[in-house]
Amino acid sequence: MKILNSWLNDFGAFGNDSEKLAAAMTSLGLAVESVSIVGTPVKGVVVAKVLRTERHPDAAKVHRVYVDAGDGKELHVWCGAFNMKPGDLIPLATLGTTMPDGRVITPRGILGIDSHGMLCSGTELGITADADGILILPKDLKLGAEVFAALGIESDCVFDLDVTRNRPDCNGYLGVARDLGAHLGVKVATPPGDKSKKGSSKSIKVSIVDKQRCARYNLTVMSGVVVGDSPDWIARRLANCGMRPINNVVDASNLVMLELNQPTHAFDAEKVNNGFKIRCARQGETLVTLDGQTRELESTDLLICDGKDVAIGLAGVMGGASTEISNSTTTVALETAWFEASGVAKTAGRLNLRSEASMRFERGVDPHGIDHAVSRFASLLRESCPNLVVHAGAADSKEKNLPPKQRIVALRLAQVNRILGTKLSTKSVSAMLTKIGFVTKSVTNPKAPTIKIAVPSWRPDCTSEIDLVEEVARHFGYEQLGKIVPQSTMHGRLSPVQQRRRDMREVVLSLGLSEAMPNPFLAPGDLEKAGLGEELAIRLANPLVFEESVLRTSLRPGLLKAISYNLSHRATNILLFELGHVYPIGSPSSADGLPDEYESICLVAAGATSELAIDWWSQLSAVMNFGAQLDQGSVQPGYHPTRSATLRRGKQVLGCVGEIDPGVLAKNGITTSVACLELNLSVLLSESSRVPTAKAVSRFPRSDFDLAFSVPNSQSAATLQKALRQAGGLELVDLELFDVYRGAGLADNTRGLTFRLCLQAVDRTLTDVEVTTIRQRCLDAAAKLGAHLRN
Amino acid sequence: MSQAIKVAQDAALAAITSAADLVSLRALSAELNKKDSTLNSFKSDMGKLSSVEDKRSIGQLLNAAATQIAAALEARTSDFAGAEIAARIAREALDLTELLAQRRRGHSHIVTQATQRLEDVFIGLGFQIAEGPEVETDFHNFEALNMPKSHPARSEFDTMFLEYGEPGSVLLRTHTSPVQIRVMKSWKPPIYAIMPGRVFRRDTPDATHMPVFHQIEGLVIDRGITFAHLAGTIEAFTKAFFGNEFTSRLRPSFFPFTEPSAEFDIRRADGEWIELGGCGMVHPNVLISGGIDPEEFSGFAFGFGIDRMAKERHKVEDIREMYTNDLRFLRQF
Repeated sequence: MKILNSWLNDFGAFGNDSEKLAAAMTSLGLAVESVSIVGTPVKGVVVAKVLRTERHPDAAKVHRVYVDAGDGKELHVWCGAFNMKPGDLIPLATLGTTMPDGRVITPRGILGIDSHGMLCSGTELGITADADGILILPKDLKLGAEVFAALGIESDCVFDLDVTRNRPDCNGYLGVARDLGAHLGVKVATPPGDKSKKGSSKSIKVSIVDKQRCARYNLTVMSGVVVGDSPDWIARRLANCGMRPINNVVDASNLVMLELNQPTHAFDAEKVNNGFKIRCARQGETLVTLDGQTRELESTDLLICDGKDVAIGLAGVMGGASTEISNSTTTVALETAWFEASGVAKTAGRLNLRSEASMRFERGVDPHGIDHAVSRFASLLRESCPNLVVHAGAADSKEKNLPPKQRIVALRLAQVNRILGTKLSTKSVSAMLTKIGFVTKSVTNPKAPTIKIAVPSWRPDCTSEIDLVEEVARHFGYEQLGKIVPQSTMHGRLSPVQQRRRDMREVVLSLGLSEAMPNPFLAPGDLEKAGLGEELAIRLANPLVFEESVLRTSLRPGLLKAISYNLSHRATNILLFELGHVYPIGSPSSADGLPDEYESICLVAAGATSELAIDWWSQLSAVMNFGAQLDQGSVQPGYHPTRSATLRRGKQVLGCVGEIDPGVLAKNGITTSVACLELNLSVLLSESSRVPTAKAVSRFPRSDFDLAFSVPNSQSAATLQKALRQAGGLELVDLELFDVYRGAGLADNTRGLTFRLCLQAVDRTLTDVEVTTIRQRCLDAAAKLGAHLRN
Repeated sequence: MSQAIKVAQDAALAAITSAADLVSLRALSAELNKKDSTLNSFKSDMGKLSSVEDKRSIGQLLNAAATQIAAALEARTSDFAGAEIAARIAREALDLTELLAQRRRGHSHIVTQATQRLEDVFIGLGFQIAEGPEVETDFHNFEALNMPKSHPARSEFDTMFLEYGEPGSVLLRTHTSPVQIRVMKSWKPPIYAIMPGRVFRRDTPDATHMPVFHQIEGLVIDRGITFAHLAGTIEAFTKAFFGNEFTSRLRPSFFPFTEPSAEFDIRRADGEWIELGGCGMVHPNVLISGGIDPEEFSGFAFGFGIDRMAKERHKVEDIREMYTNDLRFLRQF
């Protein structure tokens, strides 16, 4: 909503201190997006007449305009706009003029031909916000006169307000003025209505079929209309508020809307077939709206129909083309109505047709401001139509569901003070609300007072106690409510899971991996490309683009994309990780009916093999105490089948470690191997680390020896290690695989694994016999797995 | 005899001085300590002396000689040991800079860094951290937050819905506020919580918007919480996070889930105001949705975007750059 300072002053003596006014609006919650100055006179810009125009063969984007600036001499000007014709009056910035943007007009032209000044648009002069070509001036101006003086334009200030949804009244000057007036102590007056006597009774019959959707409909007939341009002041106000002046009837309607937040619509009375019907559309019905578009209607759209039941308007949204005001219109039927908000919102939303009117009906207009709006329209139109007759006998139906003129809301004083932390009295609360037109009806129970407040109909947002508390806060001033830091009764800390998550991040960062944040939306086919099925994936019902229409079920596809992106930019040392949510389809019984969303971490490195991935896992499991077995028997899809392992605990899968399947790499255009470790954190992070119990440290000597086995490839190192540990018993205090050998001297399909064993007892020195026995037990256990000592 | 002792002592000392290395020195030491070494044989000869006086003076001479020789041996030994260590040190010289920069630490994403900084400030103010799912129900994202099905404000959220469950019932959360409801239901007041996380809006990406971004939300519910506590918390946070030279202000605004509602701005030392986020007193309907009696408890909530914080702190021109996953970008921070 654009508020002109000069226009605001029509509602009360607010003055011209724009900084003070902007600060007041801000503190009331009327956010000031920008403050701009319009209409500051530019000296040297004069009224000139277009004599003729001419193209130059070498200048495609500009043409030559010859003008007379009052002295009868023909001046030549280059111009890039083509909207003028001979005889038009236009503003000419003469040589030496300093424009609002600081440019000084010089004779320099193009193609060696000088320009005797510059023709100006309304925007260049700061007169209008509209940049549509050169400003065409009214015909009656004197040639050579200073344009600003001739137009009577004085500098003005425009406040561009971002009006919040809860303040529909502030989509009109009156609402803004009421709030400001209360805040600044300025008396606010409603703009005057039409004082002339009503003419003879002339009415058009209105039948309302859908009373829920149209609770009030006033149709007033006005004759003696001569359609033409609006008076300058009206046109200028509209232009400065960002609306294009059209003709005196439409402009009067728009001006009333800006002033009073009440949209009106003027029909050509002779085109309406002497009757109105307001009903919902029939399936398949169409309407050509004012903008020339054919609209296909649905049964939820409310229509204004004429006497023959033909649609002539989309209620509250836009009028129809057939009954549009034209130059020959002499009698108008003015519609001033209250349409139910959500219905208008639905139609406007479905047709994507957001008009100034629909925006206002959607948010709420004052159903009891209609009479004044009609009268104000007449008084504005009368300025250009002195013979205007407002006929008596207007149709005006008021239905049961029309909001009342006042709504009673009870406000407990204690509640005001409890929420705001104030010590306000009944009197001061009542006084603050009275200033914005909220009437105190009664105060009951003096010990714990409850104030009955009558809320006026222009404030549909105030329906409950807390709404009134907010009004008190706004007019008391948010800044006056103080600042107290509450003493938290809680101990601020990270939860154990959050602490472990941070610890884990530290480990991963120290392993040299950088954090990526790929898009959680995938293109259809991305999962397949990563070797994963799509059966667990959820699709977006309304994606922004098709390429982002699938929710990820794994972090891998996103990281593979990141790898190929970085490879294509010839990055080296590509080590990336992501910590984020994945969203596979849930089991039907899941709480809330939500997917099985969980947190996952995935580490990848381009040009690295499973050795690196297993090193990451070793580090993470050691530092974070993550426990899981490596199962190479069943590898997760998308992983290299012979160089990867599932991390599992019994049946529960906790992740996967290894390399990406070469087939997947090829599909993703990655020409190097990729190491990968992926973990389900919903399980791993929530496990609290055990508090270890101290054990006595042995004071007796230890016996260390190595066992070098030849082991079939089919037998995993982990299995052998487990067997040795079991065979070693309590006295085997340390067991480490410290060498792996492949090569000469070994049978086919075997490799050499050398373990270092350390035996020690807590209570005695182990005898040679004991050591030999344990060693033999270990050898026997190994032999069962096909592992034999190498010689 | 005393002359002979002197000669023997000098000979021994001379031999020590001229020993070539530790090995010959050790041999010499063994030689000198033998029972029948020249000096030691004088000891046995002492019994042949008749005068007590002579016995004493010769004894003293012998002792002095033994002490001197022992000292010389020790000094020479330690010379040799020192030389050996010096030689080893020279031999083992190592250029440590050759070993530098072999391992690189990874880089945390700037959004994560900003989130952790924010979390730490609020932990210091006595807050705990709550988390919730990113895929949400219509109930948690809208209905429980005082936005029933037909509420006009819903249209402003540009919601992304999922093809899951009943049409329109499951969505990607448009803000972190649904976590408020989950916290209210599962924790009991007093609640001092912040809720950082990823949120989703159906916005075409540009230099300042992403359809997937991050917010942090705060919620306090306790007995006797007032609007002044909200303003005080915002102020305390502003100073702790941005610096003592910053101040904050609240100005009226509108959100369906809070009332009174406010926007909060912070002011830099140079006087410029920067819009930061939204806040307000928790609406009674929201407390009721969370199972909390609005007559017994009151509270406030606030929220703002994290990505913008990171963007401005590191002067990133285009927010989309933060999500290219380009290592050249990531490694700067």
